[in-house]
This record gives sequence, structure tokens and C-alpha cells, in this order.
Amino acid sequence: MARSLVEKLWERHRVADLGDGTDLLYIDRVLLHERTGSMALKGLKEQGRVVRHPDRAFVCMDHIVDTLPGRSDATLMPGGTAFIQETRAAAAEAGIRVFDIGDDRQGIVHVVSPEQGIALPGVTLVCPDSHTCTQGGLGALAWGIGSTEAAHALATQTLVVKRPKTMRVRFEGALPPGVGAKDMILHLIAAHGAGGGAGYAIEFAGSAVTALSVEARMTLCNMAVEFAAWTGLVAPDAKTIAWVKGRPFAPAGDLWDAAIADWQGLVSDADAFFDKEIRIDCADIAPTITWGTSPQHAVPLTGQVPDPDCTADANAAQAQRRALDYMGLAPGDSLIGLPIDGAFIGSCTNSRLSDLRAAASVLKGRKVAAGVRAICVPGSMQVKAAAEAEGLHLVFQAAGFEWRESGCSMCFFAGGEHFGKGQRVVTSTNRNFENRQGPGTRSHLASPVTVAASAIAGHIADPRPLLGET
Amino acid sequence: MEKFTRLTGVAAPLFRANIDTDAIIPSREMKRVSKEGLGEGMFADWRYSDVAARVENPDFVLNQDGFRQAPILLAGPNFGCGSSREHAVWALQDYGIRCVIAPSFGAIFQGNCVRNGILPLVLPEPSVAALARSDRPQVLTIDLAAQCVRGPDGTERPFTIAPADKEMLLEGLDAIGVTLKRLPVIQDFEGGYRARHPWLFF
Repeated sequence: MARSLVEKLWERHRVADLGDGTDLLYIDRVLLHERTGSMALKGLKEQGRVVRHPDRAFVCMDHIVDTLPGRSDATLMPGGTAFIQETRAAAAEAGIRVFDIGDDRQGIVHVVSPEQGIALPGVTLVCPDSHTCTQGGLGALAWGIGSTEAAHALATQTLVVKRPKTMRVRFEGALPPGVGAKDMILHLIAAHGAGGGAGYAIEFAGSAVTALSVEARMTLCNMAVEFAAWTGLVAPDAKTIAWVKGRPFAPAGDLWDAAIADWQGLVSDADAFFDKEIRIDCADIAPTITWGTSPQHAVPLTGQVPDPDCTADANAAQAQRRALDYMGLAPGDSLIGLPIDGAFIGSCTNSRLSDLRAAASVLKGRKVAAGVRAICVPGSMQVKAAAEAEGLHLVFQAAGFEWRESGCSMCFFAGGEHFGKGQRVVTSTNRNFENRQGPGTRSHLASPVTVAASAIAGHIADPRPLLGET
Repeated sequence: MEKFTRLTGVAAPLFRANIDTDAIIPSREMKRVSKEGLGEGMFADWRYSDVAARVENPDFVLNQDGFRQAPILLAGPNFGCGSSREHAVWALQDYGIRCVIAPSFGAIFQGNCVRNGILPLVLPEPSVAALARSDRPQVLTIDLAAQCVRGPDGTERPFTIAPADKEMLLEGLDAIGVTLKRLPVIQDFEGGYRARHPWLFF
């Protein structure tokens, strides 16, 4: 019988059928970070349980660590040091590797794991972090869980999981100039709602997805959770295999040959069934930006803020009114030209080398507008080093961007740094929720090139003229 | 884990769509590597007009007479979307919320509820909207075994729940303990799996 990629991966990991559509799945990799992973390790210890396979679990310090130069265990977030030190101690006791502060591999867990070859095509991978789906970009079945489930995965190397429905989203045709993976996923969420993927494992496919770089596929999968999907993934192909080859924890030698022979079969069969299919013509996708406080509040960059009175669904209209109030906007306002106070490039969504290269191509020879606080936080110390080897840091710094150490940083406000009340920020991150980037901070989600163009203009701006394309 | 069998209590309406876990427990309210005391930070940005000084916002439903001790929330679709932070569930639990009724839930949040003795109860949107419409506190009775919500007027609304989730809540099961009973099955699987996928093992 024809099977989808998700079904193939599911079946190879099924330890037992528990009935009622629930299976016990084998888990290949468990990743942890100091904010929620700390609780998983603490929970296990309190129960007197041990980690079954500490060699296949990894800790990244990313959520609470400072990203300022010269950082240490001290944090701007009150109490942050305890999270770092307790996680470090618990990981050491359990025998789990830590990519710690000062390690040249440290960074955001969903950037570090693929970069180190921990995530591989075909694996099951979990982390108590909602953006674990990012790693589906390699063809892994990767999903976010809570701390209690993480403890379960550590103690048993399995999880009890309800079989998701399957959805295929096909992006067909060539992407217009200036449009990238971030615009694709925002476009999808705007069209089908922030709840549109609920209950589904989504395979992103189609000619435009095939054409995306592996890093861009991770950006696409990253925001599957913002679509309420259980996870998202892209079938591995020759590009994926080339990307994975030679990474520190990836197989080598005979094992590599065996692995790629297996990975080549990791595709949906031609007549595989999906519970739902969505087809998007890429010619319809423009550079996209959010105006409100849900990722579904997204419009083409050249568009206007919608009018809640024209929204049929009463609950959605009410949410739009709240969002307008929070964002300090009125129906009909143009997004382009809105003055900004901050620009942020970073996060597990858009902080990889290709993102920094794209932003730098806009920033080169230009200056950030007066009054705009612009910050770039590379996704990992490896990304930072690679960017510096190309001189990208000089481009960012000459333009007036702060050039930081790696971490989740100002993607969210944990009590340390933030942009400030009422400040309008164009950001390459994934969540524009109320107060996410600081109490009262107004976040507009966009691609790295849109963030860069807006930083230069001092207001929300179209990156296309600066890319040499119109 | 605390069992969930039957609950009678006031239901507080918070009928907004896409209430995310950042709203339920803002990052800065997660101050220690601990579940304790999180209830104070629950919905902090909405519940307090001055968060630092903990000045109550009188407009927020849980600050209003009759709703303060509500053990049930009535919420809009996609409740608990966003961050996986289990602290959102621990905050609700610490405050005293035992059940959230919504048309749908964020998947990770829903799983976290079940593992902490909180019932994520799914009812169709019109039913939740009807229950949330009253401005006065109304008492609901939730019977998990019978899979039924009884309203103040005696109206009974059935609901569905995954059998495994129901059992976990009714019995207050320790999920890790249950799975560890299958350890021989897991070990047997692991042997074959390793032979088929040797490159995944260090």
C-alpha cells in the first residue's frame, strides 16, 4: 500500500500499538535546554529514575544565557544563573553532553542540532520546545513536547503518541524575487489561520520546496507550530544528504553509505493518501509581514491593516480589534512607512548563515536609520564564526547593528533585555504575541531582508529595491 | 499525579481565540527551576494593571467577585498554542484551575494538561460560546467517566476524549511507570531497530 513519508517514519519507530490510534514510538534523539530541560532532569531525579541512553541526549544552553560579549553564567534575567547551573549539574550527573557557554558549538538548540549532525533524516527527535519542528527541514520526525514528556523520553527512549492526521502543503512554481521561506510560511498561516494545521503532521512539498536550500526548509518547518501543526517536515533529497555529510555526529564510512541508501527511500509514495492537501501557487506570494498579535495577522508587505468590521467570524474580529489596540494601528493603515524603533535578526527561525548573508546583502554600504536599535544574534557560535570568516560581522557592525553571541536572546522577554513599551520592532522571529518581546512591545514578523531594509529606512520598508530587483 | 474524576465549580469565561502559553505564563514569571508559586504569575499581563507591583486589573475575569476561585476556564479555539512551556499548566494547577473547556487546544499544551491532572475538555465552539455568554458566575459539573458537562440549567453536553488520556486522568497514572512495565518490549524492539539503523547509535 502506498504510504506517505510521515507514515513510513511512524511505522519504523513503532514499538507497540497501544490501541485507539495511539502508539509507543521509539525516540532516537532527545534535546534539552536550560529552561524546560532543567525541569525534565529535575523531575527524573526526584522520581529516582535514570536516563536510559544519555549518549543520545544533548543539552544546549540557549534560552536564558546572555548574548552580550564577555558573557558568563551571570544573566540579565533575574534568577537566570540558577537555570544554567542547575541544568549543567543535572546533565553532568546524568552523563548528558552539554553545549555550554564558552563552547564553540553553543547556540540555539534547533540550529545546533542539525549543524552538529545530531538531527538526521529519518530520525525521531523531541525537545521540550515548541520549535523542535524546525528540524523537520532535514526530513526528521521532530516535535515539541512538555518537560514531563521529555522525562518520559529520557527514562524510556520512547513516547506515547497519538497518530496525527497527514497534510501535504505543496508550494508550486518559482518564488518571486525577494520572497523566501519566511514569506511562504506566513502566507500559508494567513490564508488558513493559526489553527489551520491542528492535528496534522505536514509534509511541505512541491517544486518551490525542492528548490529551497536546506536551511530555508528549516525556516519553513520552524513555523509549522505557529500553524498549530503537530509537526512539519520536508523529504530528504540529494541536497539534504550533501548538507549532512561530514557533520560531527553524522555517520561516516560504511555507516554513512548504509544511511544514505536508507534515506533515499524516505519519500512519500506517488499515490500516498493525505487527509488534507493544500496547493499554493508561489506567484501569489509576496514579501509578507504581520500587523497584529497572531501569526495569522499577516499581509503582503505592500498591503494594509484589515478592518475587523469586514471579518465575518465574530471571535476573529474581536481578536483583530484587540490586536489593533495593542499594536497602535487603525484599519486601512499601510504597513510600509510605519516608523520603527527596533530591528532584530535572530531566533531558530532566521539566524542561520544564509539568513545573515541575505540580510548583509541589503545592509552592505548602508546605515541603520537614526533612532533604530538594531541587533543581530547568530543562531550558533558556528554560524557566528562562519559569518565572521566571510566578513559579514563587519557589514552588520558598519551598518550600526549590534553583533551578539549566540542564543534565543530577544525573541522573547524573560525578564532581562527587551525593546520597551510601545516600541515597534521588525523581527525575523516567529511569535508576535502580546508582550512576547517585552511588555507592550509591538512585534512585526518578517524575513531577514525585510528586517534589514526596514532598519535602514527607519520604517517598515520593501527590501526588493535594495536587492537590485523590483 | 492528582486524579481527575468529577468536578463541580464556577466556570470563568475567557473566550478569546489563540490564547498562547506566553499569555498564560509570561517568560519572566518563570523565575526558578520549580513548579511552585507559578500561580501568582498566571495571566500576569492581563491580570495585573501593574505587573511588578501586582496591582489587580479589575476588568480581568478572575479578579471579579464570584470568579476568583473558579476551577474551570471557558476559552476560545487553539487555547495554549505557542511555546511548549509546561509552566503554563503548572501555573493553572497552582492557581487551582482543574479543567479548561475550549473548542480546540495547542497540541503540546493539551498533552501537558493530561500529564498534570488537568482536563482539557473539547466542546464545539457554539457550546463553549453559549456557556461563556453569562456575565454571572455559573456552576458546571464535569463527569469524566460519563464524559459529560452539566450546565446550571441541567443541560447535559457530552464530550469526547482519547481513551488513553481519559484513563491517565481518571487513574492519576504515572506515565513513565506504565511505559517502564513494557521495558522488555522496548529492549526487544531496540535490538532489531539497531540492526536495521546502525548509523543512529554512537
